[in-house]
Amino acid sequence: MQVSREEVERIAALAHLDLTAEELARMQKDLSRIVEYVAQLERVNLEGVEPMAQVAAAGADPEAKLRADEARPGFTQEQALANAPQAAAGCFQVPRVLGGEDEA
Amino acid sequence: MTELPLLSVEIVRRRIGERQTTATALAEACFGAIAAANPRLNGYLTLSQERARTQAERIDRLADQGLPLPPLAGVPVAVKDVLSTRGLRTTCGSRMLENYLPQYDATAVERLEAAGAVILGKVNCDEFAMGSSNENSAYGPVRNPWDTERVPGGSSGGSAAAVAAGLGVAALGSDTGGSIRQPAAFCGVVGLLPTYGRVSRFGLVAFGSSLDHVGPLARSAKDAAYLLAAIAGADPKDATSADVPVPDYVAELEQPIAGLKIGIPCEAFAAAGETGGLDAGVNAAVRGALDALERADCQLVEIRLPHTEYATATYYLIATAEASANLARYDGVRYGFRAPEAESLGAMYRQTRDHGFGAEVKRRILLGTYALSAGYYDAYYRRAQRVRARIAEDYRQAFQQVDVIAMPTTPTPAFRIGERIEDPLRMYLNDIYTVSADLAGVPAISLPCGLAGGLPVGVQFTGNYFAESLLLRLAHHYERLRGPIGPPPAFATPGGNGAQ
Repeated sequence: MQVSREEVERIAALAHLDLTAEELARMQKDLSRIVEYVAQLERVNLEGVEPMAQVAAAGADPEAKLRADEARPGFTQEQALANAPQAAAGCFQVPRVLGGEDEA
Repeated sequence: MTELPLLSVEIVRRRIGERQTTATALAEACFGAIAAANPRLNGYLTLSQERARTQAERIDRLADQGLPLPPLAGVPVAVKDVLSTRGLRTTCGSRMLENYLPQYDATAVERLEAAGAVILGKVNCDEFAMGSSNENSAYGPVRNPWDTERVPGGSSGGSAAAVAAGLGVAALGSDTGGSIRQPAAFCGVVGLLPTYGRVSRFGLVAFGSSLDHVGPLARSAKDAAYLLAAIAGADPKDATSADVPVPDYVAELEQPIAGLKIGIPCEAFAAAGETGGLDAGVNAAVRGALDALERADCQLVEIRLPHTEYATATYYLIATAEASANLARYDGVRYGFRAPEAESLGAMYRQTRDHGFGAEVKRRILLGTYALSAGYYDAYYRRAQRVRARIAEDYRQAFQQVDVIAMPTTPTPAFRIGERIEDPLRMYLNDIYTVSADLAGVPAISLPCGLAGGLPVGVQFTGNYFAESLLLRLAHHYERLRGPIGPPPAFATPGGNGAQ
């Protein structure tokens, strides 16, 4: 199955990736081949088979071991901001959100 | 180059305990070996000399005082650069995290140090652990110590190369689709994929959360057993870690293997034919290992794993879908690279991700986003999850008949750098023997079983959930039947030999 250029542009936008024209062409070609390859899964008889989202090995069931909902010490503000590209007044600083091109 | 780094866990501990050497001297010898070899191999990205010295001095003080030494006392280890290390740069092989300093240690790292190991530094890998050749690292490919024109495998290529070349006694890696076992096979070392949930993933930078595992690489099954014993077990910081008792892996190595039933999946030897072929040298080496086990009174049984032929397609849908979600966090806000001078928040996200990620990571994010997007979710992602259930069921049924399943780890030995990088699908098919264990969540081990054209070949044993002890035991016995393999000729030292 051919993945169209428009489709690659659409998913790139969903994934917040800015692709150059060259990258778009390359990804269109690669994705088309991969999508063609994975189409083999249509051959598998899946009658009555439920999706497997997680490995249910003994004891590995996250639902089975929720911890008590109690406050515990975590990161300090300083630690949380230690790797921030830009921080100010104890906050992560980002470019303007309102009034820019993304508002529409 | 000193022979010290080619020692085993037990010999390191004994020599330190008997005051023949010190942990500090051993760490220094390793740093010397790294300085000599790294320009050729590109295995280490960041060294942790200070941290190593502090830990080595702690071990040496214990030895000075005649106190009991912990099991990994003074053992120098390399840590794959996708495991968080407090205050020690953790790049994930990506430009995105070029200057990232984690604020905490991964549980596996913390436990290794608690058991006495000395962390030498962080080793190279494919970007965010996505790759089978280590060519996707933003810091250049690692080279295979057996032939520096060839790839070490991936994504834990730096871990495997470091262990094979004696730049550390053992290493930590991560395995989402084969990333511990495949490089172990290519570099002629032992690599263990533990059961999903056996080892905490806290502090492992997430790729595919339902598939990610942390595990050891070492030069012998016994050393791998020592590492696994140190890192296994429940962790309150990882809700997917299993609350299952940790056996004494080292003590259990000596139990007999006679009478074990080893399943040989006919698909493993047939399926490779469709996709480029199982290399004749690999086939011969793996068959040789099976013959040796048969002579040691194991019983070989032909079995079927009918859905494993779909494992690669299933894996590349599920792993990329999960990756597309996990990698959404790299947006230039909280950590990592940020594109400078973007005029709006949206432009900042897009430019950051375009510059910060390499081609393979973008390809997988796009594929995963596609598989999860409206209109395709059922056809791709949900269907892949259902095939995954079929694959897990194949294993469940097989383990009612046999104790262990044996097959090659990879269809070919290490290929040349540059040979496959332009063909992503061909690169993915390199994983045909490794991805199904990750999908099912069962443990598997790869260990060298001979050479083909002068390059190491790996045989893979897969076991039922939490059967690591059995896998290590079989590997340990097989190593004795096989005799020593390695070190790579260019890294051979007088008296230095991986098989202890």
